[in-house]
Parts: sequence; structure tokens; C-alpha cells
Amino acid sequence: MVGLEHYLTVAAALFVIGIFGLFLNRKNIIIILMSIEMILLSVNINLVAFSSFLGDLTGQIFTMLVLTVAAAEAAIGLAILVSFFRNRGTIDVEDVNVMKG
Amino acid sequence: MTSTDFSTVLPEVLLAIYGMAALLFAVYTGKDKLAALITWVTAAVFVIIALMIGLGGEGSRAAFGGMFIDDAFSRFGKVGILLSGAAVLVMSYDFLDKRGFAKFEYPILVLFSTIGMMVMVSAGDLMALYLGLELMSLALYVIASFRRDSVKSTEAGLKYFVLGSLSSGLLLYGSSLVYGFSGTTSFAGIISVVQNDVPVGVLFGLVFVMTGLAFKVSAVPFHMWTPDVYEGAPTPTTAFFATAPKLAAMGLFARVLHDAFGGIVGDWQQVLAVIAVASMFLGAIAGIGQKNIKRLMAYSSISHMGFALMGLAAGNAEGVQSALIYMAIYVTMNIGTFAFIMTMERDGKPVTDISALNLYWRNSPTKALALLVLMFSLAGVPPMLGFFGKLAVLQAAWGAGLVYLAVFGVIASVIGAFYYLRIVYYMYFGAETDPLDKVSSPVTFALLTLSALIMLVGIVNMFGVEGMAALAADALVK
Repeated sequence: MVGLEHYLTVAAALFVIGIFGLFLNRKNIIIILMSIEMILLSVNINLVAFSSFLGDLTGQIFTMLVLTVAAAEAAIGLAILVSFFRNRGTIDVEDVNVMKG
Repeated sequence: MTSTDFSTVLPEVLLAIYGMAALLFAVYTGKDKLAALITWVTAAVFVIIALMIGLGGEGSRAAFGGMFIDDAFSRFGKVGILLSGAAVLVMSYDFLDKRGFAKFEYPILVLFSTIGMMVMVSAGDLMALYLGLELMSLALYVIASFRRDSVKSTEAGLKYFVLGSLSSGLLLYGSSLVYGFSGTTSFAGIISVVQNDVPVGVLFGLVFVMTGLAFKVSAVPFHMWTPDVYEGAPTPTTAFFATAPKLAAMGLFARVLHDAFGGIVGDWQQVLAVIAVASMFLGAIAGIGQKNIKRLMAYSSISHMGFALMGLAAGNAEGVQSALIYMAIYVTMNIGTFAFIMTMERDGKPVTDISALNLYWRNSPTKALALLVLMFSLAGVPPMLGFFGKLAVLQAAWGAGLVYLAVFGVIASVIGAFYYLRIVYYMYFGAETDPLDKVSSPVTFALLTLSALIMLVGIVNMFGVEGMAALAADALVK
């Protein structure tokens, strides 16, 4: 029997993989964008699992909103990435270093 | 009732309709030739809506099943956001125009992010919170990388985007846990579930939500993006970042903590206290070595956010009131300071090096004097208004029994005073260097002197902000 905790575990695992993907990745920024999507999708799994467990639709409505916003966010992220690539000629993470912070 | 719901969100609806109409109008007619017109009209619309909210509203109303709350607290936040947005818009135009970047999209993006901020301070539900936050952030990512031919600006946009999305991800994960373990997304529902016996899942969620919000107010340890984004983004965008979004994020922070988690003050108080101390000290110490005035203002804002969080950490109405007063004063000071930074140029090119201010008083005695007042006020030197903001948060922390927090606050404020006073030193006693251009820009001059005057005249009665903040805090903390 697959219970709530199984879904939560999968979501937590995806979330942690996403966070690590952001911080440990030394290759390129597309991977960072994928990690961000993964974090948002893990949240969706959480919300849908809770929604079905609680018998309450709010979580699924929330999921719909998250999905739409994630699409908009990806579009803006790619647009910024394209203009960065035009200026810099590379999308390696290690080359995002004009300013040291 | 739908009609009463819509009358509650009327200011946001009007702004959104205006934004879309202005966008269509400009696209189909003069495009960038209309940039000046759209900038001024948008600023005027901001002021009109601020007057409408400030004079029109009374009491507390909830719309759309409690998703959207209109009370004294949200009205305080909205008026502050709209007025500072209008001030930043009017002073940006000259700067952007000179650099060939006066595009009509700029004021419209500012407008959309402002609508997001207004939703944030009115949020009564985790969904409204998320949507408001994203509407604000998505527009801010774009205006951070607005100079798309500049490596620095696009890099700033990219960094802001990556870290901003991470923070929304953390916030969302926290929201999902809070929803799952309390069974509702509305703040009113959460506070009735979360009273004494707190499910551990909700606590986890609360920590994640606080992390996400700490990113947005650029509090330590989630401040890494601030100096880079402030330095890389075009100066008008930096000026905007340092004012309205900070006010909105702080408002949202107070809203979530008191509306949804007001029953478990003890659980978040210590976390906020630690974040506040770390921000005050990091902002004060790391700012010392900075040579770029925009980076310096970034560290200054980190430090100031620490002080405002100290007010929130008090966890009572007095604390919220002091944080609101602090934010109002901080935003006013920053508008003046950035109005000055925008006029810093040599041979027509913007300069951000602090040493360029050497002997600036010869260049323009009035502006140097105004900046001196602002710097003293930012440092918290007694006769200026900035001191009273600091005093309010220190008193709130002291009153709530957080004596150590108040002591750390005083020490951090003394350390931070160094870099503000250094700017004053450069202006009056610095070494001989190439002078900056004499820029005549009436709008920035007016805003600079006005904000300096407020810092001096405001000590009489703070223009009634104290009373309004008290009303706002009482509406929030029950």
C-alpha cells in the first residue's frame, strides 16, 4: 500500500536533489534551470499528495498556480540567459564572475 | 459577494488595467518615443492610487474568502510602496534617457512588480502570498537585466533570477508542508490550528517559509545576491530594489508571522533574533572594505534590514510598529541617496567609485550638504530622523525582553557608522582628484534635498507616520 509518507519521501528526495543540483553543479546554467524546475515539481508532488490525503481540493488548485508560474519563470530565466550568452559568449557557471560576491 | 470583493481589490485592478492599456497603447503607437510620457503618467497613477488607498479605506475587509485582506496594515504598506515607486520612476528617466535606455517597458515593468508588492502586503492566504511574490520577482528579474548589452547587468539579472527562484522554491516547499500539516492554506485557518500544540511539520514549513522571505529582504545568511545585483543592475533599478520591494517583503514577513503564526511567537522569535544580529553585523563589517558606492548601499541595506527584523523579533504590536517606522524612514533616506548616486558622473559616464566624491562640496555645496544629512541619518546620528527609527526598534526589542539584541544593535550601528562618515569625510576633506561633472537635473536635485529636509524636519512629529504605523500594527497583531 502506497501511503502519504511514500509520496512525501519522493518529494523530499527530489527537493534535495534539486538543491544540490543548484549548488554542486559546476558545468552550465541550463542545469541550474533544470534544478529549479525539479524543486518546483517536488513541491507539486507534496501538494497533490496532501490534497488527496486531506480530501481537500485547495492543494490541487495551488499546484495549478505553481505550474503556471513555473512556466513563466522558466521563460524569463531563458530570456535572461540568452542575453547573458550574447554578451559573454558562454553559459558556464564558472564564467558568471564579472562581479565577485 | 463578488461586487464587494472587487471593490476591495479595486486599486490593484485599476493599476493592472492601466498597465495593460499603457503597454498596448505604446506598442501600437510611438513605442520608445513615448517613454517619458509613460514614465510620468505611471508615476502620477501611483500617486493617485496611493491617495485613493490612503484617504479612502477604513476598517478591515477580507475579499475572496479571506485570500485578500484590506486593513490598516496593508494600506500603510501600499501607500509606502506606491509613493516610493513613483519617486524612483521620476528620478530614473533622465538617467536612462542619457544612456539611450529610455524604453517604455521600464515603467510598465515597475508597475507590474508594484502590483505584486501590493498583493504581498494584502495576502491572506499562502496562494495569494506566492502569486504576489512571483509577480513582483518576475518583473524585478527583468529590470535587473534591463541593460541587455551590458555583461554586468545581465549577470546581475541571472544571479538574481537563480537565487530568487531558489528562494521561491524554498518558500513553496514550506507552504506545502504548512498546508499538509495544518489542512488549510488561509492564514486565518492556520492560526486557529497552530496554537499551543504545534505539529512538527508546520514548524518545518515555517522555517522554510522564513528562509524564503529572508532571501527577499536580503537578510544574512541569505544575502549573497544583494551586493552583486546592486552593483550590476542599472542604477535606477538598484534604487528601486533598495526601496519598494524591501518594504513589501518586510510587510509580508510581518503579515505571515502575525496573521498565520501569531500563536507561536516563541517558536520564530529566536530565529528572527539570530537573523537580525547576523545581518546587522555582516552589513556593518563587510561594508567597510567597499569602494563601489552601489555595493556599499547593498551592505547598508543588509544592515538596515537587520534592524527592521529586530523590530519584528519583538513579536508584539510595538515591534511591528517600530519596524514599519524604521522601513518608512529607511525608504525615504534611500530615495534621496540614490537620487544623488544617479547624478554621479564624469565626462557623461556614470561613476560609482566612492573616491570620486573627493572634495565634492566645491562642486555643489547644497548637494554635498544634503548628502551629509542623509549619511548622518543612515548612520543614526541623533538629530536626524534615522536615529529615531533605530531608537524605536531598540526600544521594542528592549521592551520585549530581548536585551542582548538591543545591545548588539547599538554595537553594530556604531561599526556601521564608519562607512557613512567616510563618505562625508571624502566630500569635505578628501584628496584632490578629478572632480565629478556638474549635473543639473532638477528632479533628482528636488528628491535629494526633499529627503534630506524630511530627515531634519521630520523629527518634530515624523509627519504622523508614528500614529499610522501604530494603527497598522494594531490591525495586524490581535
